[in-house]
Amino acid sequence: MSNADIYHEMIIDYSRNPLNFGQIENPDVTFHDSNPLCGDSIDIDMNIKENKISDIKFHGRGCAICMACSSVLTEITKGKDIDEVKKITKNDVLSELGLENLQAVRIKCALLSLKVLKYALYSYLAKHMSETGDVDKLKEEAANLY
Amino acid sequence: MQAQLSIENIRKDFPILKRTVRDNKPLVYLDNASTTQKPNQVIDAITNYYQTFNANIHRAVYALAEEATTAYEETRDKIANFLNIPNREEIIFVRGTTEAINLVAYAWGRSHVKEGDIIVTTEYEHHSNIVPWQLLVQEKRAKLEYIEIDENGELKLDQLDKYLATGKVKLVTFSLMSNVLGTISDADTIISKCKNAGVLTLIDGAQAVPHMKVNLGTLGCDFFAFSGHKMLGPTGIGVLWVKKQVLETMSPFHGGGDMIREVHKYETTWNDLPYKFEAGTPNIADVIGLGAAIDYLTNLGLDKIREHEVELTKYALEKMSHVKGMKIYGTKDLSKRGGVISFNFSDVHPHDVAQIIDEEGIAVRSGHHCAQVLMEKLDVAATSRASFYIYNTKEDVDALVNSLEKVARLFKL
Repeated sequence: MSNADIYHEMIIDYSRNPLNFGQIENPDVTFHDSNPLCGDSIDIDMNIKENKISDIKFHGRGCAICMACSSVLTEITKGKDIDEVKKITKNDVLSELGLENLQAVRIKCALLSLKVLKYALYSYLAKHMSETGDVDKLKEEAANLY
Repeated sequence: MQAQLSIENIRKDFPILKRTVRDNKPLVYLDNASTTQKPNQVIDAITNYYQTFNANIHRAVYALAEEATTAYEETRDKIANFLNIPNREEIIFVRGTTEAINLVAYAWGRSHVKEGDIIVTTEYEHHSNIVPWQLLVQEKRAKLEYIEIDENGELKLDQLDKYLATGKVKLVTFSLMSNVLGTISDADTIISKCKNAGVLTLIDGAQAVPHMKVNLGTLGCDFFAFSGHKMLGPTGIGVLWVKKQVLETMSPFHGGGDMIREVHKYETTWNDLPYKFEAGTPNIADVIGLGAAIDYLTNLGLDKIREHEVELTKYALEKMSHVKGMKIYGTKDLSKRGGVISFNFSDVHPHDVAQIIDEEGIAVRSGHHCAQVLMEKLDVAATSRASFYIYNTKEDVDALVNSLEKVARLFKL
């Protein structure tokens, strides 16, 4: 995949005007992580009502790939059932932006927000739900995402 | 000697510069502050060692061992000449600048720094000149203080007086040239202030030694560290120089072979300097490679190298300043700046910049450059950085500027 293809209109637009960018006051759950090598840094805040993601916002600093993927991820997550959100895969995010063949060094930029989302969900479920096995899988997925 | 460097001839010595990248684009290598390319002379010296006289040094009496020992020790003499060091036994081979500074923090710091003491560093240091000191002061309950930078990226040296006046400073440590801003530190002023206060100084010379003349016979610091791979030499080899009076007060760093005089069951006596600090079989091949790099640079002349880089930097600063949305960091005074240019586009992340211009075959670095304290000061997560060396040309700068204009177009700046 050539770089010219990566930086298409949608990526540039989402990076310029990210969707769901900002903070939620007193969110039900919040999580932060960063990529040590490039300094990309993302926080995700969520409110959860009746097993649904009733609101989600992200903030932080990152490259165009990181910001665009965070926009897309929060957009596909909003309003969804927790069970559905748990199943979101890296390809769900990448394909949304035509980034399936993104080179290895940039994958971490694209998937940072998904990692944060999975961790956030894990920390919420671990606190509020009785089930454990399923939840631990979420944490494992987050840790091994890239 | 010619009046100017013949860049065309120099480029012929670097086989890597003949290759193309990304769709047949000629390689434009502008990441020299990170590591430099290697000329045939260095590559051949290493190959020659492995092919013709590979043997361990200092002990065996056979012919190969003698040749290897001679070649290894010759590099020490070359370094002494190159930096005008009066005593060759003050020169210690290490893996690089990072190991050199850790050696000082451990072997000097542990026995000389105590609770309440102060180590002074600066805001534009590489992590290698921050983290070893954090480890030391945490262990000793001492303190780490920073000389801040001003809006030109130069050190606010009056802050040093304040720290020195406490009488608690044990060491002032600073880089001679910033790896992000290219700022050349006013070493004479820092050292003379420290000398008046009876305080030792350490200089991180990793960025300076490859690019400008350094004279350790007159500079007056107590510790000096640099790396081979930033000056045409191989990776994994560097040098720590310590003034003899100070070196004699230091305990060993690593214990093992070569650093001992006599080992008994429960006690050991140390070998002479510098071997006391070179435990184990050293990186013989790369020491020999470093010797070849020093020969190469000496032949060109450091003054001419500096002249060439000042010229390129001036040209690049002027051309880059016309690119839309461009912000360039650091001083505009070329006498205080090396061939390092850090920049940002208004709101385009440096990783996006690096990737787009990589498409044109241009290698620049993007990220925090192992200088997160400085990034925090500049209030950015990262910068892009172009850095020059002897084989770079104005055409390289033109290629960079063209590709930066492409970034500006893509991001509609």
